[in-house]
Amino acid sequence: MKILVCISHVPDTTSKINFTADNAAFDTNGVQYIINPYDEFVLAKAMHLKEELGASITVINVGTAETESSLRKAMAIGADEAIRINAKAIDGFFVAQQIAEIAKDNNYDLIFAGRESIDYNGGMVPGILATLLDCNFINACVGLELENTTVTAQREIDGGSETLQADFPLVIAGQKGLTEEKDLRIPNMRGIMMARKKALTVLEPIATESKTGSKGFEKPQENAACKMVAADDVQGLIDLLHNEAKVI
Amino acid sequence: MSVLVFAEVSEGKFKKNTLEVVSYGKKLAEQMGTHLTAFTINAETPSELASYGADKIVTLTNDALSSFDAQAIAALTAQIAQKEDAKVLIINSSANGAYLAPIIAGKLAAGYASNVVELPISTEPFVVKRKAFSNKAFQHTEISTDIKIIGLAKNAFGVFETPGKGEEETFSPELKRTGVTSISVQKASGKISIADAEIVVSGGRGLKGPEHWGLIEDLAAVLNAATACSKPVSDLGWRPHNEHVGQTGKPVASNLYIAIGVSGAIQHVAGINASKVKVVINTDPEAPFFKVADYGIVGDAFEVVPELIQKLQQFKTQNS
Repeated sequence: MKILVCISHVPDTTSKINFTADNAAFDTNGVQYIINPYDEFVLAKAMHLKEELGASITVINVGTAETESSLRKAMAIGADEAIRINAKAIDGFFVAQQIAEIAKDNNYDLIFAGRESIDYNGGMVPGILATLLDCNFINACVGLELENTTVTAQREIDGGSETLQADFPLVIAGQKGLTEEKDLRIPNMRGIMMARKKALTVLEPIATESKTGSKGFEKPQENAACKMVAADDVQGLIDLLHNEAKVI
Repeated sequence: MSVLVFAEVSEGKFKKNTLEVVSYGKKLAEQMGTHLTAFTINAETPSELASYGADKIVTLTNDALSSFDAQAIAALTAQIAQKEDAKVLIINSSANGAYLAPIIAGKLAAGYASNVVELPISTEPFVVKRKAFSNKAFQHTEISTDIKIIGLAKNAFGVFETPGKGEEETFSPELKRTGVTSISVQKASGKISIADAEIVVSGGRGLKGPEHWGLIEDLAAVLNAATACSKPVSDLGWRPHNEHVGQTGKPVASNLYIAIGVSGAIQHVAGINASKVKVVINTDPEAPFFKVADYGIVGDAFEVVPELIQKLQQFKTQNS
């Protein structure tokens, strides 16, 4: 079984978010980068399938040279090989097109991606990728079981979950729940040593027209200071919520 | 030219975020000097959309679409978009909307901006403001394709009644089977979901153990609210995973968010930041959550919350 796992290289979850002087771009100064948390859940699931069923895992990222640390970490966790498409990730459609170009000739049975990245929150790469490949697609996947080439998966819906079935080839947009938090993988020394011998191939992107462009950023307005209410004045809070905030 | 909205139906009815999408679509259509078309599947009263601005309502009724087959619905929506010469498509950000939108984007080779919070800053070039960096910032995104797709963030725009012509047209396409089959749906019955709730009551480690959760549940009950929890509480198994709200949990975009015994770590705040009003109750005056809250009480939840429940019950009786 061949599995492709698409990963993003994103600022750490606790990062303070700042922009360059003209608000044109994210200020990477002093920011630690990690594998997108949503992608960690799908990578752990792929590893589980590899261990249970002997799948091969290719991990792919669209990005410039600094993303290789995340690709190496994924290989240290157990991915067999990595591909970096040497291009800045302009937008989600661009990323999907680049990955589709690789996937179309490689007959992956399962393609995993995180549902969204915690930096741009586009939430579109898996869906566009599946559509470009004319392939089945399940979004917001919180559970997955395999029987031969049939997948039974749960997707999160508003207020519950839905159980779906689909055959290979299938694109899965995963999130927390696809694997348990406690089953997330941390690279060990052996994994890190072995990763050094694994192939990390850099490929040039295909030329495409960009469909969206970032014009700049803004930070939210500073909140007014919190209005404190005394612990023995619960009625005061109710009055504020009713008369001032008008939420009850 | 037209503006097309996908008007999602839930058990025959339109939820608030569908009415927001129609309201937004109407204002945008007016801004662009065109009309608004709504596409809806298995709605009990499609004509309701006319009150929120729909000039044309394309209705499809078919039992085969009683479950949400995103790939099939995307193909149908793309078909209608082409027939109606739609230049902008607007979709909601429910679980179904978020599933549908990227598939349509792929089919129509359309630029897609998700989590949009306002009408476009300009239409030429077409630039929208959207949420980014997990609710910590906004991004201005230009969509440069001929057809543009907007995913409207929940509870960001509001619902506005504007009369539209409301001309209904039935659509009876041949439905093609897709490769994804719905087997069953599991919904927590009777409970309000975090996704749909106007008010969310959330508990953290400060409540000391799952045996104290009656406080959260009772407060939620009197407010007709959904219950939620912080990541540590979910990881400890005190509450089910589907209550975890935060950066990698469920997003909250309710009108009111009440956090009890939650310190307010960056990842938690990021996930609930789209809530309009935040109330924090915590014994620790240094809890970081107070820096982002609108209202706060420094106090013991075990004393404050029972009193809050009692006073809210009185308030509800007086105001009903």
